Amino acid sequence: MVMALTALCLTFAVFLLTNLHPNLEKMAKTLVNTRMTDPEVGAWLDRYGYTRPMLERYGEWLGIMPGWTGTDSNGKPIGRCLKEDISPDQAPRFCGVLQGNFGYSTVFHSAVGPIVSKRLGLTGWLMLWVMVVMVPTALLIGVLAGMREGSWLDRALSMFSIATTATPEYVSGVVFISVFASSSVGLQWFKASAGSAMDDMTFENFALPVMTMALYGMGYIARMTRASMAEVMTAQYIRTAHLKGLGFLPVVVRHALRNALITPFTVIMLQFPWLLTGVVIVESLFNYKGFGWTLVRAADNNDIELLLSCSIVSVVVVLLTQLASDIGYVYLNPRVRVT
Amino acid sequence: MSAGQIAVQVLLQFVPVWIGLAVVFALSIAFKGRLGLYGRLMDSPIGKIGLGFVLFWLFTAVFADLIITTSPLDQISAMKNTLPGTLVPGTADQYYLLGGDNLARDVFSRMVMGSRTVLSIAPAATLFAYMAGCTLGLPAGYFGGRFDTVLSFIANLVLAFPVILLFYLLVTPEIQETGLPVVAAAVLFLFPIVFLAILIWSRFNTQPAKMCLYLALTLVLGFWAYSGLAFNADPLGLFSMDPNLLNIFVSVVFVNSPAVFRIVRGLTIDIRTRDYIAAAQTRGENPWYVMLWEILPNARGPLIVDFCLRIGYTTILLGTLGFFGLGVSPESPDWGMTINEGRKLLSIYPHPALPPALALMSLVLGLNLLADGLREQSLKD
Repeated sequence: MVMALTALCLTFAVFLLTNLHPNLEKMAKTLVNTRMTDPEVGAWLDRYGYTRPMLERYGEWLGIMPGWTGTDSNGKPIGRCLKEDISPDQAPRFCGVLQGNFGYSTVFHSAVGPIVSKRLGLTGWLMLWVMVVMVPTALLIGVLAGMREGSWLDRALSMFSIATTATPEYVSGVVFISVFASSSVGLQWFKASAGSAMDDMTFENFALPVMTMALYGMGYIARMTRASMAEVMTAQYIRTAHLKGLGFLPVVVRHALRNALITPFTVIMLQFPWLLTGVVIVESLFNYKGFGWTLVRAADNNDIELLLSCSIVSVVVVLLTQLASDIGYVYLNPRVRVT
Repeated sequence: MSAGQIAVQVLLQFVPVWIGLAVVFALSIAFKGRLGLYGRLMDSPIGKIGLGFVLFWLFTAVFADLIITTSPLDQISAMKNTLPGTLVPGTADQYYLLGGDNLARDVFSRMVMGSRTVLSIAPAATLFAYMAGCTLGLPAGYFGGRFDTVLSFIANLVLAFPVILLFYLLVTPEIQETGLPVVAAAVLFLFPIVFLAILIWSRFNTQPAKMCLYLALTLVLGFWAYSGLAFNADPLGLFSMDPNLLNIFVSVVFVNSPAVFRIVRGLTIDIRTRDYIAAAQTRGENPWYVMLWEILPNARGPLIVDFCLRIGYTTILLGTLGFFGLGVSPESPDWGMTINEGRKLLSIYPHPALPPALALMSLVLGLNLLADGLREQSLKD
């Protein structure tokens, strides 16, 4: 319920901001002709239905108001629900998100739904590999640092995790490209562009983007794991296990680990929405045409319906991960029971 | 110049900074017993390293005019994309220490000047976010009820918004045309004035003479700065803000304040149940006095740590903005913008993008280490 309300409010905010008059003017000029005069822009916006009341148009986009209709400069009927291959009188009256129609992208000149799903698939691969690299490394660093608090290993690993949280993607990406991929200086191990990874993913073209993204998120998870591990290691039952005569390794692996991993799990889940900014940066930097790249294109060109769909996707991701972290917490921690 | 010579020359250029650092550290260590939490920072190696990094960039920003070798905007066409340590043609001893960028400007001087932009926006924006977050978070946590529910919903709404999308929507020339940033600034910049006014009123309302004096002072100064910063209508012309800068500043404050709100609210709910709060309530203190003079000072530990971390986060945000070309102005030497310009030719000429990238990283690293040191020391209480 709260989720739906949040999603509604957020999409309406995006809708309002993209439909401010100067934004529409800019869009009209990029779509038709940059040297249009003001009356021409006004006429164009009128003809394509952009000047009607905001709430009515938001309702149409949602699918709770009938789609608008009009005629273009040649007198041909046009409208939100009309398509080339269907005659105007057979077209459905409602066609919004609720009917599964996400609208038309003015940048890519095609329906939004397929664009978003295709780009999301590409980003999914990136996220998958980032998670595969990031989560085990971060947990390992955190557990190693937290099992003997204050040791030199702890100091070194903590320093490393602080350093990674201070290195945003655009910094580490730039450093990695100059060190590992620059054609003038440095090692030429990897490729600086992940463009070819969209069809054919190889270690050479995909390692840098994955590394760049994994590094920034890693430090935070590692620090959380360390804190929770250090806390668990001071607990009574760990001392009991030691006193029973168990070795250090069995104590850590069998007794401490499970309890120490409850907090990091929540943190990892909540990391997903945070990764979105990273996705946008990394995809623009490495020219990988996924969801983040699409978002940048849409925002640059004020592509209203594409932007709205992008915000739906990100809001759903945020809310789902919140839900998943709550549910996962209950499973991992037997002391919490759903009432 | 060889690599060694470049390094020596760069270090020499920073001489004012080294002197400043030496003075500050000598004084802090000498008087550490009397400096409270700051003095105890001198006992923690991590805190000292962090403070060192932060002060380094602070002094760099202050002495930037003495450090730079050429103007950050000068374009000498022969120096386009030149390698580090190239002599400027027609001069005897003027070098581009870290090379030239794609528009033939000096990378070193731009990096040094960039510290000014970053260090003038990030801490100020964080401070404003704190004022707004405290003014709303304290009553929300203290009174609870419908006020809390509504504000928490709005805060969660803003936090659920992907930051990058929000910036793309808010920081554009088109938005400036609509006047939205000015309206937002008018609201957000009011919070510090309200905060300070309530702070003074709740403390001195038993001493009307003092209260009137302090209140008048705050309100006059506050509204003077307010008229200049938000509306660019300062009668004396002392306070003003470029519309582009205002737009960025307001967006950064807007993104940060809900997070501060949540932290302050959480701390308030926790501290509200303590005995000394009950004592203050029994004495019949005004609720605002309890919030601002009992709860807030006792929440300072986590807030100071978060403040340091948040300045770092804001620096990263500003860099992100610059990286997407939404920065202060295309000419400005701010780090994010410079990285963005440098990345286009990154695989051929990496040298223009690396210095600002490393500068940004070291500043944020310093702030994070400082926060860590402060946390460690404040836990010892």
